[in-house]
Formats: sequence, structure tokens, C-alpha cells
Amino acid sequence: MATEAKTPELIVSVSPHVRGDETVGRIMWTVNLSLLPAFIMSVYYFGPLAAYVTGLCIVTSVLFEHFYQVSLKKKSTIGDGSAFLTGLLLGLNLPPSVPFYIPVVGSLVAIIITKLLFGGLGYNIFNPALIGRAFLLISFPKLMTIWSEPTAQFVALDAKTTATPLGILKEGGIAKLVEVFGDKTDLYMNLLMGSRAGSLGETSVIALLIGAALLMYRGYITWHIPFSFLATVGVMAWALGGDSGFFTGDPLIHLLSGGLILGAFFMATDYVTCPSIRKGQIIFGIGCGAITMMIRLKGGFPEGVMFAILLMNCFAPLIDRSVKARMFGAIKEKKEQKK
Amino acid sequence: MDWTKLFELVVSSALINNFVFTMFLGLCIFFGVSKKMETAVGMSITFTMVMVVSAALSWVVYQFIMKPLDLTFLKIIVFIGIVAAFVQSADTIMKKVSPSLYYKLGVYLALITTNCIIIAVPLKNAGEHYNFFESMAFALGSGIGFGLALIIMASIREKLEVADVPAPFRGLPISFIIAGLIALAFTGFSGLITL
Repeated sequence: MATEAKTPELIVSVSPHVRGDETVGRIMWTVNLSLLPAFIMSVYYFGPLAAYVTGLCIVTSVLFEHFYQVSLKKKSTIGDGSAFLTGLLLGLNLPPSVPFYIPVVGSLVAIIITKLLFGGLGYNIFNPALIGRAFLLISFPKLMTIWSEPTAQFVALDAKTTATPLGILKEGGIAKLVEVFGDKTDLYMNLLMGSRAGSLGETSVIALLIGAALLMYRGYITWHIPFSFLATVGVMAWALGGDSGFFTGDPLIHLLSGGLILGAFFMATDYVTCPSIRKGQIIFGIGCGAITMMIRLKGGFPEGVMFAILLMNCFAPLIDRSVKARMFGAIKEKKEQKK
Repeated sequence: MDWTKLFELVVSSALINNFVFTMFLGLCIFFGVSKKMETAVGMSITFTMVMVVSAALSWVVYQFIMKPLDLTFLKIIVFIGIVAAFVQSADTIMKKVSPSLYYKLGVYLALITTNCIIIAVPLKNAGEHYNFFESMAFALGSGIGFGLALIIMASIREKLEVADVPAPFRGLPISFIIAGLIALAFTGFSGLITL
């Protein structure tokens, strides 16, 4: 090495530097905007109740953050939209008919315990909205699993309760699921449009994909996490999910149902809680997919996306440590050149 | 030998019924040693080795001495004695035979004697009537699970070094919160393998 001409390790040109106009606030508000289609579809399918639950989550999240920061004499950061996003995601992850205290408790856990106690945005280890939901699911298991039927009427006062597709799949197998929805094409169409029971924002795959496309177009999320996540789920569902031996499963049902699309594009890709190195992100996505399918196929819960992302959140700092980034501009050394 | 059963025992004790995150055992070492990655890794290796050997010793004593003599009611005292005697002798032997290894891992040995997982595993082996290989698988899995918990925790705590955690929560309190949140995530594994 010493004989070679010393190449500069880091090139910093003299000023002026171009100042990018991306800010945390701008990214967060764009993510909020990208969830708008999913929110509209949730109101369309589950009625004004959906808007009420989601709105309550957003309002309480923002208020908790504001009061915490004001009472600690810090600068209130509610303007950057991250508390709004946490509330929105939490709301979209709740079942339609929850009593008012569920969103409030969820927001409290998400904002205060998961985010602000760790030092605020940028330091939280776990995705706040998911911790909020996991906390609610463990604490109020009954209330958190009452799913209403999507009525597609704007005023639906007496919602009928039913099971989610994954719940049906777990209880009665795939034949039962197809029977409930008519035939297979109907099943896929309903899953794609979102006419099924489930958490508010997770049902409409098409609306979520529109939002995800916006984020990918703007470059706010990259393909690494969502695609490795989805691919792992698809392959595992195909290989292990069948009733009659290996490689007979139906990957489409698993890909379209549950909170997979919402989780893969909007929650697993959270900048703060996922690894920041590309290679690490792929490992993260594969891990999420594998744990999701393990829980869906063998576990005690019908849906595993939330737990999978949270579990991989625990591992994210470890992944980041073990997959060291290549120094910017460094060229891979060949082995024999060393010494 | 039933390989699936052994595999399930390892996975279940390491992940699904992780001692730290589902039963909250061994927390003193867990919080004490997880401040730095280096000590966490050293502890995990030492702990797993001690775990397996002491579980094997306890199993032999339990099956061939205590059971024939009808002394099973003494198992807590006897197991504590076995662990303590083994750790102390390992400490002394290591100091003589391999001083370099002793300086790396020796500090952890004394701590391990007071750990609750190290006594929980032989007790559980005795209670569940595991045979020798099953006991070994269970001990190995528990050791790996504890090591995994330590390493995850160390990586998170090192990341939090620079975080603006409110002053009253710095250090141990925030670690307890992290452990609670990780435990929340680990509930997702519940029901995955029922033994």
C-alpha cells in the first residue's frame, strides 16, 4: 500500500455547497400524504367510525408529544409530522370498532414510552406505532380482535362482526376461505380492493400500493426492504403453506392478506428502526418475511407482520454492526494485496 | 434419539421461551454485562459453556445418586452446590492451565454462580424428566438464548449511548424499558412450538 500513490479518502470541495431542500418534515408529510388513499378506502369500507378512530389516534399522538416536550421545556417538534404519522399508522392498524380509550392508550405507549423516552425522533429502537398496537393487542386481546365486515355504505351504524381472511385460514383452511368469498377470483379481487375484514388501513392493497409508488418515486423508500420482505413471504407461503405437501401453497393469499403490504412498505422501512446499510436492509427484510410466515403458519397468532417487524427492530442495531458499510469511494482490496 | 425433539428443544429454549424475555430470569447479569458488546460476547460464550457442563453434572448426580437414594427433595441445594463447585474449580484450573483465557473470561465466571438461569435449567431438566441428550439440548438452547439476549441488548444500548434520553431514565431505567419492549416483541413467538 505504501508504494502506491496515496489516494484521497474523502473529497470535500470548497464551498458553496448545494443545499438540498429535503427536510425531515417534508419526508414525514409526504409519507402522511401517501397514506391518504388507504385512509379514504378505510372510510369507504368501514364508515365514519374509521375516520373517528384514526383521527383520535392522530390528535392524541400529537398532543402527547406536544405536552411532553413543553413540560420538559424542550422545543415542540410536532410540526415535523412524525407524531402525526405515528398516530395515523396506529389508527390504520386498529380494528374499526374500538372504544375511545384504546387509541388514547395506544398513542400514549407509542409516543411517550417508545419514542420520547428514548430521546425523540431518530433514537427510538422500535417502530412506535407497532409497539402501541402490540401493547394494545396483549393488553386488550378481546377488543383488539373484533373485526367488522366491510359494508361499503357510508352510514353503517350496526356493523356485523366477522373473521379476517387470515383468521379464517388459520381456523378452517384454504377451502373455507374460498367458500366464504365465493370463488378464487372473487377472493383475490376482494383482497386487492380491500373489501374484507381487518385493521382499518391494511385492507386495501391497491390504495396502499399507490402510496408506496409515490414514496418510491420520490426516493424516500428503496426496494430493498419491501421486496425482500414480500419475496420471502411469497416463497415461504408457496413452499410451506400448502395443505398437500411442499410447494403447493398459495402465495397470493398470503401476500394480499393481513397487514403485509402496509407493514412492508410503510412500517418496516421506517428510517430510524431499520438498518441503514443496503445489505443489512435485505437481511432485515428476509428476517421479517421469515418470522411473519413462521407465526402465520405455526404460531399462536393469525397474523405475524407486526411481531416480525418488532423482532427485527431488536436486531437492527446488531445487523448494522455486523454488516459494515464500505467506505465511500473505497475500492475492494484483493486478498493477495494485503501485505 | 429423536432429532426433531432435540432441535425443537434448542429453538424453543433459545427463542420462543427465551429465559430473559419470557420468564425474566437472570436479569442481574443481563443488565450488568450488556453495557458493552465486548463483555456481552465474552459472557455469552462463558455462560453457554458453564451452562452445558453444569447441566450435565447435575443430570448425572440427579439420576444416579439422588434418585436411587430418594433424595430428590434436596435438589435445589445440591444443584447450587454442584454449580458453585464446578465454577470454582473451573476458575482455578483455568488460572493454572490457560492464564490468557482466564483473563478474558475469568471475570464472568464468578458472576455466573449467582445467575438464576444456571439453577433453573437443571431444575427444569429434573422436573420434566428429560433424558441426557434432551437435557443437553435444553441447556445449550438456554445458553444460546441468554447469549442472544445479551448481544441484542448490548447492541441497542451502545446505539443509545448518544441518544438524548431524559436524565432520570439514563442507564438502567431505559434498559428496563428496552427489555420490556423486546419482551413485548417476543410474545409474537408464543405458541410456535408447544413441547
